[in-house]
Amino acid sequence: MKVTIVDYNSGNISSVINSFLEVAKDKVNIEVTSDLGKIKSSDKLVLPGQGSFKSCLDALQKINGLTDTLNDFVINKKKPLLGICVGLQMFADVGYEETETKGFGWISGKVSKIDNQDGKYKLPHIGWNQINIIKKSKIFKKIENNSHMYFVHSYEFIPDDKNVISAITEYSSKIVCSVEKENIFGTQFHPEKSDKTGLNLIKNFLDL
Amino acid sequence: MLKNRIIPCLDVKNGRVVKGINFVDLKDAGDPVEQAKIYSDGGADEICFLDITASNENRDTIYDVVEKTSKKCFVPLTVGGGIRSVDDINKLLNCGADKVSINTAAVENSKVVVDSSKKFGSQCIVVAIDAKKNGDKWEVFTHGGRNNSGIDAIEYAKEMENNGAGELLVTSMDRDGTQVGYDIDLMSRISSGVNIPTIASGGVGNLDHLVDGIKLGKASAVLAASIFHYGKYSISQAKKHLKTKGVPVRI
Repeated sequence: MKVTIVDYNSGNISSVINSFLEVAKDKVNIEVTSDLGKIKSSDKLVLPGQGSFKSCLDALQKINGLTDTLNDFVINKKKPLLGICVGLQMFADVGYEETETKGFGWISGKVSKIDNQDGKYKLPHIGWNQINIIKKSKIFKKIENNSHMYFVHSYEFIPDDKNVISAITEYSSKIVCSVEKENIFGTQFHPEKSDKTGLNLIKNFLDL
Repeated sequence: MLKNRIIPCLDVKNGRVVKGINFVDLKDAGDPVEQAKIYSDGGADEICFLDITASNENRDTIYDVVEKTSKKCFVPLTVGGGIRSVDDINKLLNCGADKVSINTAAVENSKVVVDSSKKFGSQCIVVAIDAKKNGDKWEVFTHGGRNNSGIDAIEYAKEMENNGAGELLVTSMDRDGTQVGYDIDLMSRISSGVNIPTIASGGVGNLDHLVDGIKLGKASAVLAASIFHYGKYSISQAKKHLKTKGVPVRI
């Protein structure tokens, strides 16, 4: 099996690479590339994302044909993809960080700033928070409800169809922190920085 | 619910831990990678390396340390000390650091904070404020506490938030090394003055000090070095204590 971490200059992806290599050992071939041919021939994709919604989409679009290749992989070929942090947020139709920016539209909804209730809550939402698993998802196999995961974000994905939500976390409001729609998986938290529980989630994705 | 974080800090010089854990059976007590792994296995919510390498020719040793640590530890890794430019930040992030903490460079040239937070995202930019009391205010010091910039620390904290810092690491120089507790007044003023998370540092001597940093200092996270190094307390003891005092922690 070949799993590709899409490297589109979205900032710091070393931790994502290290965690996948740790879990994969020599059983799964992990590629890190933006090469369209290699992406197409992969069995699964990982889409990381750091920085702003806009900066990630701008970086993606700078690589000719990448958006079309990702669309084809996810929508036509229906092969599994895991989006992490802004990688998940980009599933939305639109994001409002910096300026209104169009997303992939794979899961309809929007990405807006977390309501900090007039400064009562600090932003970014940084640190370990518990996830409330509300839908059985293959990526949560052997992960207990209320497990801690590491978060760092100021924006949240609000999907139109609540059935895609697989976990939420409590902060200033109930924040969507994991979604699953057919072959599309996403986590707002960082499994690569969530110690053993996070590595377990990565294993579950590789085992799909 | 979001948990308060406990962050052990390791001083690293020329690629070796200076003050480190010396109470367990270590193969190599000076190896930062091994020490970081002990902390992360023990439940540390984050690991912090402070590079105190003095000479320029040995600067690159920290990159090697970060690279090796990030392959073994899967909790966030913050690296500070000697960061001068966006290029330095880029190199550390590429080696596997999740966040960098910037001190002197942020005071001398706030553009480093503005540019790096735009380029890499605020989530990885921590501004470290070394503050010392002078009359009824606190002043920001640079160069490892050697130079007084004269800048008001409370105002500076707000300015750094506006410049794009994602977190503030606040060290009281009056308390650092004294083990009498954090400067709660300084901490709570900075925490209340900004909308980004703050990390309390400098002066921890016992576990109640950690509780005070969070409850009274309103910090989101507490950083400590020496209480963990010499086996006085383990990370898990600290967490249990915080929990019994009503502070939410990840256990």
